[in-house]
Amino acid sequence: MSKGRYGVHGGRYVPETLMSEIIRLEKGYEYYKKDPEFNRELNELLHQYAGRPSLLYFAERMTAELGGAKIYFKREDLNHTGSHKINNVLGQVLLAKKMGKTRVIAETGAGQHGVATATAAALMGMECEIFMGKEDTRRQALNVYRMELLGAKVHPVESGTMTLKDAVNETMREWTKRVHDTHYVLGSVMGPHPFPMIVRDFQSVISREAREQILEREGRMPAAVIACVGGGSNAMGMFCDFISEDGVRLIGCEAAGRGIHTREHAATIAKGSPGIFHGMKSYFCQDEYGQIAPVYSISAGLDYPGIGPEHAHLHDIGRAEYVPITDDEAVEAFEYLARTEGIICAIESAHAVAHACKIVPSMSKEEAVIVCLSGRGDKDVAAIARYRGVDIHE
Amino acid sequence: MNKKIKIRDAFDHGKAFIGFVTGGDPSLEASREIILNMVEAGCDLIEIGIPFSDPIAEGPVIQEANIRALAAGATVDKIFGLAAEVRERTEVPLVFLTYLNPVFRYGYDRFCKKCEECGVNGLIIPDMPYEERGELEGFAKAHEVDMISLIAPTSEERTRMIAEQASGFIYAVSSMGVTGIRSEISAHIGAAVSAIKEAAHVPVAVGFGVNTPEQAAGIGRSADGVIVGSAIVRLIEKYGAGAGRYVYDYVKTMKAAMINGCP
Repeated sequence: MSKGRYGVHGGRYVPETLMSEIIRLEKGYEYYKKDPEFNRELNELLHQYAGRPSLLYFAERMTAELGGAKIYFKREDLNHTGSHKINNVLGQVLLAKKMGKTRVIAETGAGQHGVATATAAALMGMECEIFMGKEDTRRQALNVYRMELLGAKVHPVESGTMTLKDAVNETMREWTKRVHDTHYVLGSVMGPHPFPMIVRDFQSVISREAREQILEREGRMPAAVIACVGGGSNAMGMFCDFISEDGVRLIGCEAAGRGIHTREHAATIAKGSPGIFHGMKSYFCQDEYGQIAPVYSISAGLDYPGIGPEHAHLHDIGRAEYVPITDDEAVEAFEYLARTEGIICAIESAHAVAHACKIVPSMSKEEAVIVCLSGRGDKDVAAIARYRGVDIHE
Repeated sequence: MNKKIKIRDAFDHGKAFIGFVTGGDPSLEASREIILNMVEAGCDLIEIGIPFSDPIAEGPVIQEANIRALAAGATVDKIFGLAAEVRERTEVPLVFLTYLNPVFRYGYDRFCKKCEECGVNGLIIPDMPYEERGELEGFAKAHEVDMISLIAPTSEERTRMIAEQASGFIYAVSSMGVTGIRSEISAHIGAAVSAIKEAAHVPVAVGFGVNTPEQAAGIGRSADGVIVGSAIVRLIEKYGAGAGRYVYDYVKTMKAAMINGCP
């Protein structure tokens, strides 16, 4: 079996044109992750630029209302650029720069990863091009302009379903055209090895901090940690340092869209099957012949037909649970959180909030759960208004 | 059919012309007729693409062909049917080009067995690099299906490793990027082919971007064959089900350039 496996999942299923480059990347990463100077620079960026550590916030009103386990939020939404994406991007762009690259490319769904990449590229003086499904450039026009302000060139992708999956296809195609000076800043714990490992490592700062913070506050491990899952980067970051704590339930919330009994969802674990796509073996939404299925979610960031290989493995061995959350449930949680705690979170993160609302009432008041608020919701306000039939003009 | 057909046969009478079509584009019947026209025009080996929803190594021309074929109802089973029909009418070696997921979903053993039954002699899977071929290789060997390896301009020290293990023929990728028509093919291709040939014990054919008789003749000076995809698919895009005679003329011209050199 080849490298980069999580049980049977993972691997690196990419065209030969990219193989030398991803092996170079793997070696470069193995070197720099042990390099004190690299780690010093990265920590400096995380603390002085991204605003880490992020808060672990006790949601007192919500806890009182729901009447069960204490709810804590890991506030990744307060990071610079407004989501957890910056953690990975600062690491990868710094790594690319150390490896002598002068240009970065990336896919983006909702635009969070694209904005983060454009930000890091601006900061570190790299050329930057972002590939975004044309459908998503319409849904998230503000983020397109944001990336352009940051000096990035945004390419609307018109192939396939014109969403995140197609943006990944096009970024991979672009990378095969030009690898010598270009690094592909993959945005999630997916794709060919070493990306799932690199992105997990850079996102693991979430659980490293959360673990320390909860011990300080509660003097014990949480009963559960909860995060939304598309490709699964904030979830992997939230799970990472709790995997070895057997008593901590790890819960990933997938996008069930209009319901897993309809065709309009992106619930990979609930409805997908094993496959090999985008460089990795994992679970995918697909038909009987292995054609990748069009997926749907109100949340552009979860609108992806696959899931990272380490999640697939955690599912296989029963270490993590994956639950589907519908658009309706996510929107209700989005509004509930705003009303109750004064936090407008990303619609992606609202999927995790929705599940917390379901499970905490039946848990003991002595227990605590941590929900990862992976991003802030400014970008979603217009879409939620539309969902509710409210006509507003941006 | 009595005689066992081998990929090697394609290279037995001089430089080989290898033509590609996406199976089921614009329909299964049309694909079959176009393929038979290609054979008649002197095509030495036929690559049939099994359409996939997300062909990440393809440029726009072949991406569109995949979409047309899927929209017209092509499935893996129907492409097997197409191959079997073609096999009844010709002894030209046939290979499938597809992505790994359709093969994996079908089941590696079942897929390779079906290839053998339908007279498909090889498999080209662009997203299955050397390191990952182990999971499929045993089944392919058991059913006498050659796994065709690709070698890219970036393969560097990987070239020898891949070439030594290659079966059928080696697909030398002419240039960086995805498939599609290129006005110029790198002048370094001759040297690249020589490097591959030093380690290989199977023929070497060059593809990606090749479309003019001049390019075919030029590449034919060093390589054992040329592979043409997008230029043929573009004719199919333009002329649809009636593309057969245009593809026939095109293959004839290309083949002549490779035999006689260019005018």
